[in-house]
Amino acid sequence: MTQPVIQSDRDANGVYLRVSGDLVTQSLDMVEKAFEGFRADSNELTVDLSKVGALDTGGAWLIADVARRAKASGANVHYEGLKPAHSALLETVAENIPDDPGVATEKRSFTDWVASVGERTAQAGKDMLSLLGFLGLTLHRLVRTILMPRRLRKAALVSQMEETGLKAIPIVALMGFLIGVVLAFQGATQLKQFGAEIFVVELISISVLRELGILLTAIIVAGRSGSAFTASIGSMKVQEEIDAMRTLGLDPIEVLVIPRVVALLIMLPILGFIADLAALIGGGLMSWIDLGVSPGMFVTRLKENTGIWQFAIGMIKAPFFALVIGVIACWQAMQVKGSAQSVGQRTTASVVQSIFLVIALDALFSIFFSVMEV
Amino acid sequence: MDGTTLEQTSKSDAQREAVIRVRNLTNQFGPQVVHQNLNLDVWRGEVLGIVGGSGTGKSVLLRTIVGLNRPAAGSIEVLGVDVLNGPEQERRRIERRWGVAFQDGALFSSLTVLQNVMAPLREHTGLSESLMCALGDLKISLVGLPQLSCGKLPSELSGGMRKRAALARALALDPEIVFLDEPTAGLDPIGAAAYDELIGELQHALGLTVFMVTHDLDSLYAICDRVAVLAEKRVLVEGPIEEMTKVDHPWVQEYFTGPRARAAQEKGQDR
Repeated sequence: MTQPVIQSDRDANGVYLRVSGDLVTQSLDMVEKAFEGFRADSNELTVDLSKVGALDTGGAWLIADVARRAKASGANVHYEGLKPAHSALLETVAENIPDDPGVATEKRSFTDWVASVGERTAQAGKDMLSLLGFLGLTLHRLVRTILMPRRLRKAALVSQMEETGLKAIPIVALMGFLIGVVLAFQGATQLKQFGAEIFVVELISISVLRELGILLTAIIVAGRSGSAFTASIGSMKVQEEIDAMRTLGLDPIEVLVIPRVVALLIMLPILGFIADLAALIGGGLMSWIDLGVSPGMFVTRLKENTGIWQFAIGMIKAPFFALVIGVIACWQAMQVKGSAQSVGQRTTASVVQSIFLVIALDALFSIFFSVMEV
Repeated sequence: MDGTTLEQTSKSDAQREAVIRVRNLTNQFGPQVVHQNLNLDVWRGEVLGIVGGSGTGKSVLLRTIVGLNRPAAGSIEVLGVDVLNGPEQERRRIERRWGVAFQDGALFSSLTVLQNVMAPLREHTGLSESLMCALGDLKISLVGLPQLSCGKLPSELSGGMRKRAALARALALDPEIVFLDEPTAGLDPIGAAAYDELIGELQHALGLTVFMVTHDLDSLYAICDRVAVLAEKRVLVEGPIEEMTKVDHPWVQEYFTGPRARAAQEKGQDR
């Protein structure tokens, strides 16, 4: 490829612009500035193209642009040494230069910003309504499924249970075990100071069974399965699969949402139970190593001082968390529009919202149960 | 990019230059053999239409040539470079000299049409923002899209407009070869005819070589210089479309002498 060069000179007949070399898109950066800076300050402009090697639309655009600007300032433009192959291209390009090139970049003013705040607030309200509507719809289909169990997609349900439940057991168990270890270790350090080491059993059992076990399990499931729900149903939305389902007389809620929500309703309590168990084992092990509380002592104290209600309170919350995670994830998926980017945004929103709502709901439960004095 | 080669299809074999040379290509997916010892030449400056029944591997052939699918055996040369085993750097350079327009556009869904067309320029050239913008506008205008569509997202366009936008992106770097996968599938007859005309015009103005997978008999008659028929795992016949009716093969006979073919032929002669 020969490097493109432009030169301009003038004589009595006007200004000459001499172009030589290969004027192709790949090499335009070398002459771009020169073309841009060129001004035909005369009434006659002659563009000499006899030494041009290869020419493509990019190069033709630069020449056509010079000619256009010269014409706009009232000059006559002639071409010299124009090869026939180039002339057709130059003509096509000149014809196709848009009248107002370039999409102007939008500038945002302060009022735009204020307006966007208002729009977002209104949108948040609308979203809330839409989410409530979706929750109602899901509950309606759920009740219908319970009344008519034949409508339940059993194959989908089992596969979702495997995906969201069975495959989550290792991570949930490990998380629970570590939580138990950490609580025992940190609790022991504090409790040792006033000789109340034995209370580490209550510390672990009550905090894990009542709050941490199920809460952290729900957070892991929200991140793991909630995101998967949104991404998979969301991509189906992009591919118009949801619309296709509707036209085939299939109810997307029944086919896609119910198996996922039911799978979570069944699996989240089980996962929570596994996390509880793992945390007690981890805590017991750590108490034994660090404080010398034997496993026998740990179990006896657990039975005597931690009522069944502590465990029940944790388990009662599980289905509510499951419903929140499932409904938010599926609702976000249904909000996906058009692009792959939208799937990503909705997946992020799904995880953030469901984790937030799970924690908020947990706080509400906490208040409720303490008022009820259980 | 040499316009003088436009008329070469009528010249003898010795004079024309093969821009794509496929030799003994074999493609296999598991036990299913799609191509076996397939040979094909594409000459510079021609519009080659690839036809064949469903499942004869038309799209696979296209994907193999542009390097999206690695064949089991055979060699492929594009613009004199071995695209299968040549040095990495040369293959990269070759990729900038072809453009591919996929069947459904395959536009980047998070970018506007203009940004889509500018994407290859941004990646492969050192041009200024304003020049890239202007060239993007030019390409969009060349494929006949209104300026209004520059700022739109692909999801806001109709199917036909997406195909045009995909062509604009394929043309962004001024390639020598353009690959089109079913360019007129899913378009209404008027839109399809307009698209055919557009490809013909661009091919003449820009001196392109067009490799087109198509089912559309109208396109074949309207713009293809040559047709290659894929059947029996190879290129069964190739040549000008007028000669296809003389080929003694049941599928080719049915395809090129059926009622639709006759209608397309009459229409093609009217133009």
